[in-house]
Amino acid sequence: MHITEGFLPPLHAALWTAVSLPFVAVSAYRVNRLMREQPEIKLLLAASGAFAFVISALKLPSVTGSCSHATGTGLGAILFGPSVMALLGTIVLAFQALLLAHGGITTLGANVFSMAIVGPWVAYAVLRSAQSLQAPLALSVFLAAMLGGWATYLMTAGQLALAFPDPTSGIAGSFLKFAGVFAPTQLPLAVIEGLLTVVIVNFLREYSSDELQNLNFLPKTLVSEARP
Amino acid sequence: MKAQTGWLLALVVVLVAVSLVMGSHHEGAEFVGTDGQAMEMAAALNPDYQPWFDFIWEPPAEIASGLFALQAALGAGVLGYYLGFKRGQRQGRQKHPNAGD
Repeated sequence: MHITEGFLPPLHAALWTAVSLPFVAVSAYRVNRLMREQPEIKLLLAASGAFAFVISALKLPSVTGSCSHATGTGLGAILFGPSVMALLGTIVLAFQALLLAHGGITTLGANVFSMAIVGPWVAYAVLRSAQSLQAPLALSVFLAAMLGGWATYLMTAGQLALAFPDPTSGIAGSFLKFAGVFAPTQLPLAVIEGLLTVVIVNFLREYSSDELQNLNFLPKTLVSEARP
Repeated sequence: MKAQTGWLLALVVVLVAVSLVMGSHHEGAEFVGTDGQAMEMAAALNPDYQPWFDFIWEPPAEIASGLFALQAALGAGVLGYYLGFKRGQRQGRQKHPNAGD
């Protein structure tokens, strides 16, 4: 789901960087304030970042014989609100761009936008909607993480389509082509990410209710059922 | 809760295993990355496009797999520390309910 180094024209690269920058700046401010005001939450924040680190390092096979990995940013978005994940996602993406030749510096802005901004915001919106519809908690969390993953991959396909429109069918045709390339891996991968996110949230509700109670962004339904 | 976790993890393993087996039977299956496939698609759509910036540093394939493992290990290490810490905290409270903390 990464756009490789140099594969966005300079103008596109600059625009996506400009769009992502304010989100990352706000995120850095939020993370900083969160750690200062609620130092007891640091460990949980680190664990959420760690979850994204593991998930985005594991390349998994797809049914069509290709491979890719998910992002793992849904968990943090659910726990801390979507804006916090922009910074954590950027750290993961910078690590991969600099050390693994995965993604890139010129495409960092675009990759941050799809993976660390769009994904987390969609995950958070889905969680809120599902909870207001009184869906079971596990289902809400699963849908949030899964749809966040799908939104990320569709955004990446959209970014590539804007940069590489199809000569005959235009941007729309190109979008379908790119989405088609990612679909066989990203659709099932997002399901796996959703399942793993539910496992972690279940654990947190069992053992970390003290920390969950201090998270303002968290829907109260996630906490109230937890044991004291 | 614990039973649900078991089922969920089993489902993850089954999904990965099924993908691997089905993917292996797929024609021309080499498990190449979809990122690479997407960039090939980009090159096909606009054959004149030249990537204008290259990686500052690219690890050799074997080293890259090690660095990916390092990334996963760092993440799993921190996550595991947290999960173990919280479990131990709970057990400590149960054993010494009056210790106060």
